Amino acid sequence: MCGIAGLIHRGKSSKVGHELQGMLQALKHRGEDSTGYALYGDTDGKNFIMRFKVGENVGEGSTSIAEDVSVYDERKKIVDSYLNEMGAKIIKEERILPYSLRYEIEYNKKDLLEFSQKIESIPGVEILSMGKSLEVIKDLGNAKMVCDRYNLDKLVGTHAIGHARMATESGVDIKSAHPFWGYPFSDVSVVHNGQLTNYWNNRRALENKGMRFMSECDSELIAVYLAEKMRDGASLEEGMKESLTGLDGVFTYFVATKDSLGMAKDTMAAKPLVLYESDDLVAMGSEEIAIRSILPQEIDTYDPFDGEVKVWQI
Amino acid sequence: MANIKSVSKKTKAQAMGMHTEVLTGRTQQKFFNPDEAENFYYFGTHDVDFNKRTDLDVKDMTAAEANKEIDNLMGQGYGTIVIKNPQGKHSLGVGILNKLNLIFEGSLGYFGMGSCDGPIVRINGRVGWSCAENLMAGKVVIEKNAGSCFGAAIRGGDLICKGSVGARTGIDMKGGTIIIGGDAGAFTGFMMQRGRIIILGDVGINLGDSMYDGTIFVGGEIGSYGSDAVDAELTKSDQDWLKRKLKVAEIGENFDVSKMKKIVAGKKLWNYDNLEPTEKKGAI
Repeated sequence: MCGIAGLIHRGKSSKVGHELQGMLQALKHRGEDSTGYALYGDTDGKNFIMRFKVGENVGEGSTSIAEDVSVYDERKKIVDSYLNEMGAKIIKEERILPYSLRYEIEYNKKDLLEFSQKIESIPGVEILSMGKSLEVIKDLGNAKMVCDRYNLDKLVGTHAIGHARMATESGVDIKSAHPFWGYPFSDVSVVHNGQLTNYWNNRRALENKGMRFMSECDSELIAVYLAEKMRDGASLEEGMKESLTGLDGVFTYFVATKDSLGMAKDTMAAKPLVLYESDDLVAMGSEEIAIRSILPQEIDTYDPFDGEVKVWQI
Repeated sequence: MANIKSVSKKTKAQAMGMHTEVLTGRTQQKFFNPDEAENFYYFGTHDVDFNKRTDLDVKDMTAAEANKEIDNLMGQGYGTIVIKNPQGKHSLGVGILNKLNLIFEGSLGYFGMGSCDGPIVRINGRVGWSCAENLMAGKVVIEKNAGSCFGAAIRGGDLICKGSVGARTGIDMKGGTIIIGGDAGAFTGFMMQRGRIIILGDVGINLGDSMYDGTIFVGGEIGSYGSDAVDAELTKSDQDWLKRKLKVAEIGENFDVSKMKKIVAGKKLWNYDNLEPTEKKGAI
């Protein structure tokens, strides 16, 4: 089933980690195999923040194979050496969990494709996000568990999207969890509720064009699809509008960039979405109770119509 | 309130030309009998006094606790209950099978007022998906917007949304009236079998797709027609009925009903007959 939620503050910052945690926790009945956050924090915009994993969470419910922590250490060493080779300087390093790391790095080249390919050539290593504002945090468990595990409560920023997942067609693991980074574009992330029926056709076509897939989760297609459109010069909104016909199946998805948040709903309007919009805040989720977790007072909300695409700026 | 009885004589609905199909064989037609309605009660329902009024704050209750408390209050004879702080909770007010004046001071989540027969409900907020699903009788008024599958499979009663509604409004409806003050999404009236839908605003694509019967009235633009949905002549009788219904619904007071479009089933997709499967087998 899965639940998605997102919010954007316009003209100010807020504790988006805490707010999104509340929204996703309200949707936990829609799935708590894994939960993911894409948080757009307040930064000085100078350095990249790279969230990456060197292994999987093999806790209860995981479909991954257990590995020795020493393997993670080895992979981390190779990542560090590759960063050095590519001229990327590690400014700050945090190892939140044995398999999950956060690096603040100084890297002056704009094209992240070569950078990402090099890092991800290390078996078992995946960049969850790369950006000057975006941080993707995803792990097994419900929203509160993941929030507590990664101390997301205090993160201040302008906007965020998140996903509470009930795994159906791919594994219970971090690589299949949402949000997906819009590789190789900095600061682009996607969450999705639904099912894409032309996944393999699209995937084969996109892989032939050099695009990269890390999981077998159909939702990853949206991130890759939009990234490819943007690579070819389309704006985010144009790419989203094209996706209404390019993607087949049922879907409601959110996409976020450094300074914007968008939503798209398929032409059958088969997946739910409730939207609240005011001058200074847009909040949306699969169910109204997600919005109510941050806005308990009586508010005006509505369901976007079929085939609707909307984009908001911070 | 519900009661059904087989009748052999022509019903009022048939006399007015609203009901035309004639079933034969072992399939029987059952019609609501208003003469006996007042004597019919469901097991476990309550006699309530509309003048006896109380408030119920459900902020810290689960949906099950809130619904149980509504039942308790009805058991004490309260006929007017005001629900405070529903805050988008799912499945509130479901399964009420007696007369009741119920007011929600706020919004409901999914499946609000589902499977009800008889209550008069006003929701001073929004409702989520599948509001009033399977409504048998009564009236539900929503002051703001509604989600998808609004009034799915209703059999009777009036369901009124003063704002806009999502997709598949009136899906599989088998009677009753749905009135929308704003716009409606895609697949409105999908597979409807009887009843009427009135939309004062615009409506999305595939209107009335695969409808078996029933009537849809649209005041605004239509995205596209669904399979077998066709235009029909808007008669004087239709206009009179629309004016009366909108007045009762307290909606669209100055709306010009003469310019509404009327959509019905083309009945080209009908692919069944009156034979029961065993009879069909025998015939072959």
